[in-house]
Amino acid sequence: MHQLTLAEIARGLADKSFSSEELTGALLARIKQLDPQINSFISVTEDLALGQARAADARRAAGESGALLGAPIAHKDLFCTNGVRTSCGSKMLDNFKAPYDATVVAKLAEAGMVTLGKTNMDEFAMGSANESSHYGAVKNPWNLEHVPGGSSGGSAAAVAARLLPATTGTDTGGSIRQPAALTNLTGLKPTYGRVSRWGMIAYASSLDQGGPLARTAEDCALLLQGMAGFDAKDSTSIEEPVPDYSANLNASLQGLRIGLPKEYFGAGLDPRIAELVQASVKELEKLGAVVKEISLPNMQHAIPAYYVIAPAEASSNLSRFDGVRFGYRCEEPKDLTDLYKRSRGEGFGVEVQRRIMVGTYALSAGYYDAYYVKAQQIRRLIKNDFMAAFDDVDLILGPTTPNPAWKLGAKSSDPVAAYLEDVYTITANLAGLPGLSMPAGFVDGLPVGVQLLAPYFQEGRLLNVAHRYQQVTDWHTRAPNGF
Amino acid sequence: MQWEVVIGLEIHTQLATQSKIFSGSATTFGSEPNTQASLVDLGMPGVLPVLNQEAVRMACMFGLAIDAEIGKRNVFARKNYFYPDLPKGYQISQMDLPIVGKGHLDIALEDGTIKRIGVTRAHLEEDAGKSLHEDFSGSTGIDLNRAGTPLLEIVSEPDMRSAKEAVAYVKAIHALVRYLGICDGNMAEGSLRCDCNVSIRPKGQVEFGTRCEIKNVNSFRFIERAINTEIQRQIDLIEDGGKVVQETRLYDPNKDETRSMRSKEEANDYRYFPDPDLLPVVIEDSFLASIRAGLPELPPQKVERFQGQYGLSAYDANVLASSREQADYFEEVVKIGGDAKLAANWVMVELGSLLNKLGVEIDQAPVSAAQLGGMLLRIRDNTISGKIAKTVFEAMAAGEGDADSIIESKGLKQVTDTGAIDKMLDEMLAANAEQVEQYRAADEAKRGKMFGFFVGQAMKASKGKANPGQVNQLLKAKLEG
Amino acid sequence: MALERCDVEKIAHLARLGLNDGELPRITDALNSILGLVDQMQAVDTTGIEPLAHPLEASQRLRPDQVTESNQRDTYQAIAPSTENGLYLVPKVIE
Repeated sequence: MHQLTLAEIARGLADKSFSSEELTGALLARIKQLDPQINSFISVTEDLALGQARAADARRAAGESGALLGAPIAHKDLFCTNGVRTSCGSKMLDNFKAPYDATVVAKLAEAGMVTLGKTNMDEFAMGSANESSHYGAVKNPWNLEHVPGGSSGGSAAAVAARLLPATTGTDTGGSIRQPAALTNLTGLKPTYGRVSRWGMIAYASSLDQGGPLARTAEDCALLLQGMAGFDAKDSTSIEEPVPDYSANLNASLQGLRIGLPKEYFGAGLDPRIAELVQASVKELEKLGAVVKEISLPNMQHAIPAYYVIAPAEASSNLSRFDGVRFGYRCEEPKDLTDLYKRSRGEGFGVEVQRRIMVGTYALSAGYYDAYYVKAQQIRRLIKNDFMAAFDDVDLILGPTTPNPAWKLGAKSSDPVAAYLEDVYTITANLAGLPGLSMPAGFVDGLPVGVQLLAPYFQEGRLLNVAHRYQQVTDWHTRAPNGF
Repeated sequence: MQWEVVIGLEIHTQLATQSKIFSGSATTFGSEPNTQASLVDLGMPGVLPVLNQEAVRMACMFGLAIDAEIGKRNVFARKNYFYPDLPKGYQISQMDLPIVGKGHLDIALEDGTIKRIGVTRAHLEEDAGKSLHEDFSGSTGIDLNRAGTPLLEIVSEPDMRSAKEAVAYVKAIHALVRYLGICDGNMAEGSLRCDCNVSIRPKGQVEFGTRCEIKNVNSFRFIERAINTEIQRQIDLIEDGGKVVQETRLYDPNKDETRSMRSKEEANDYRYFPDPDLLPVVIEDSFLASIRAGLPELPPQKVERFQGQYGLSAYDANVLASSREQADYFEEVVKIGGDAKLAANWVMVELGSLLNKLGVEIDQAPVSAAQLGGMLLRIRDNTISGKIAKTVFEAMAAGEGDADSIIESKGLKQVTDTGAIDKMLDEMLAANAEQVEQYRAADEAKRGKMFGFFVGQAMKASKGKANPGQVNQLLKAKLEG
Repeated sequence: MALERCDVEKIAHLARLGLNDGELPRITDALNSILGLVDQMQAVDTTGIEPLAHPLEASQRLRPDQVTESNQRDTYQAIAPSTENGLYLVPKVIE
């Protein structure tokens, strides 16, 4: 049963090949058996899952149907789940049982999904390797000595290891797309404002978006359908109607104009990945797409701008973690300052503290204009580049990452080395555009992803192209040994 | 050395909305601790703010009322600092682009002149919670009920030159926000709080001196005293050869002095930046037009109208229009009683001192506008004299009923029957024959004084009920003759 | 724009992060490395460019002035480190 995709599960539950309770039991057992190897779960919610599974079976018996009814899900551990630990991969929230459900969690539960647990992640979503978690690093099922990517490393590894077919993740600088690429999955970051951020513990508010990780575009469409939608509790949520993402998966790609930014294919890109990207382009041309070279001239400035904006917003968002109303509190604080400094100094890991300090500095008196304002100006230049490009093409294609998954520990001593891996994904967050990564081959036995970017609210187009590609290729069907 | 005082005020007004500015919690005062603190108010992980439209409307009302530019595209910014009553570790406020820009307010000074005080800006922000230091040994207790209550912070230009001017300005703001119905102005409950920025400079100098901020002064009387003691402190300091240090101070009403706030001494870098969880607030012209149309008549317009419509002096008009309740009361009295000057006098003097004595506001006056108006009618139709009216007024205040029933039951009806008065006067003069002779023998000057004696006797004889006008007339004639 | 140890101490204080003296050199190096990356921005000509705060240029939605929340103190305080009589407790603050 663990080989089934979400779409197959929907059919299996519908024609009563198995019940949700059976499926849930099987997956919980598999998680118990295999997760110790990859450490993709922080919490497994067995009782909750079985309760939800039984309820879903009852709803189905009463005549209800729906693609997600009774299907399994696991949430990245920054989505608040009522009464369940929501840790953000941090000691700071190890004891935090969320007192409410995130909108994403509530919507999927309403649709009948069964929560198997909360997945591991880089602490407070800050990282690209899932090595900074308080709960230990996540291992890439494709090579247990390598990182799975981050920050949604647990969500990716769990699906790659076939512990369940799909998970929710979040993407601020690439944290869905990059781990998807490194673990042979399809992952989608929606348009900013498409998915509600209520209950999605914030890293960088103007960049964060929640989205699906799964093995196929078809599954991503099903999960995104359940996640997307306007939420009045989120002021940045956009009132754009949600289309049927599954309806046009098979639409023709004839005449689709795809742009390849020339800046993508520079020195930092592993030439073997470049080759695989070109191969994927050929496949899309065979399907009727027309490819041309475009330019995104300000792309190179994206990383510095991101590493000002994200830490700046994070430094403020994380001020609420102070040991007063919830979360970690230090032992016997001497006075208020001691309470703050020790609770935060002991509760936050090293990378989080670094980014808080960078952000604090970037906003501080005398530096605000040179750093924060400057970064926001570059942000506009990047958006302008995309707007100009989309006048010319319907989609932008390129590698998701410059390198395949690196070895655990290889980049953990120099923070900047890891930052540079985000070069292809970061611009979509700065501009708020939707982006998808899909499997496109292997290098040294490690998966490689190709990224598609589309104009605002064209997630349907992304899923369509990925789905058609997945009909003529089989990269996405490969499974890692032992899983 | 001649010193000039420069004062600027920052007034925080709690807007009278039902729910908080960014959450749907109630804003009721005085509830049990933390029973009005929602997930958003507590700054729980994952929560987000959504803006209350009434707060926006009230801010715009204020802006229009002070003739200010309205920030048609205004932005919320985070003010970052750590304090236990600030759950998120930042306050959502407005920095570069506030909702209200430059405006002005006219105040009436004691000498009757009008001074225009500039308002630099007014912006929306959320209030913090409360810290309770007393009850817990070694600990401070935090109540977040107040966290998230909408505030409109009104910043004045440094245009005031004395404590009295400052108080007049605060009173004008207080009256205006109550007029508009956007704030109840209850300073004891903290609905309106005042920070006073005070500096001094040698008369004639253009540059401002170093200023000190006196935080959270919560009554008109304390504002005046706090500013005055601070002025003296600064003068003494400089004249002793010292320098004023820019700092935040607190006013201690028991010692009548200001002292430095220890904890705020380190300069705070608030690291303002636009709040990414909120989008820019766009105010449409149509929205503003509908607010403008719905504004009540404001104090300046009312003052002018009172002078024109009722023939009142500028001073009287200002006093009567100083609160909406008082202005409405006055106009009701005039409507019924028919004589504006008479009404003005009664409302300002008699009613005014009664309210003072009882320590209540006009909305709790024991005599209603209708009652007072009814009594004025009886003065005007000569049923009672002005003097008797005071007795009637007291009786109404004591709850004994309306003017007519009191006049009836106490037999206070004025005697206007000429014949009766005539008879009474003859009797009185006969009883005072000696004085009459003395009067007739005296010269003009002396007669003036002696006349008063006869008037007094006449009033005594009639138990105050004789119409004074008629007494005067007839008495004069009899004494001459 | 290289940071000195004292700058790092100031920033850590602003952010209320307690750092050990032993950690300071390593953190200073890491921060300087990151700021070196960030300083690359200065090479870009951004004259006349309006900063972009939100990717999608929308405006703030307003919500009606209604009380929609009820008293949930017990639930919310169940996860608090230290409370008494409904108040959150912190070490005594002197004003």
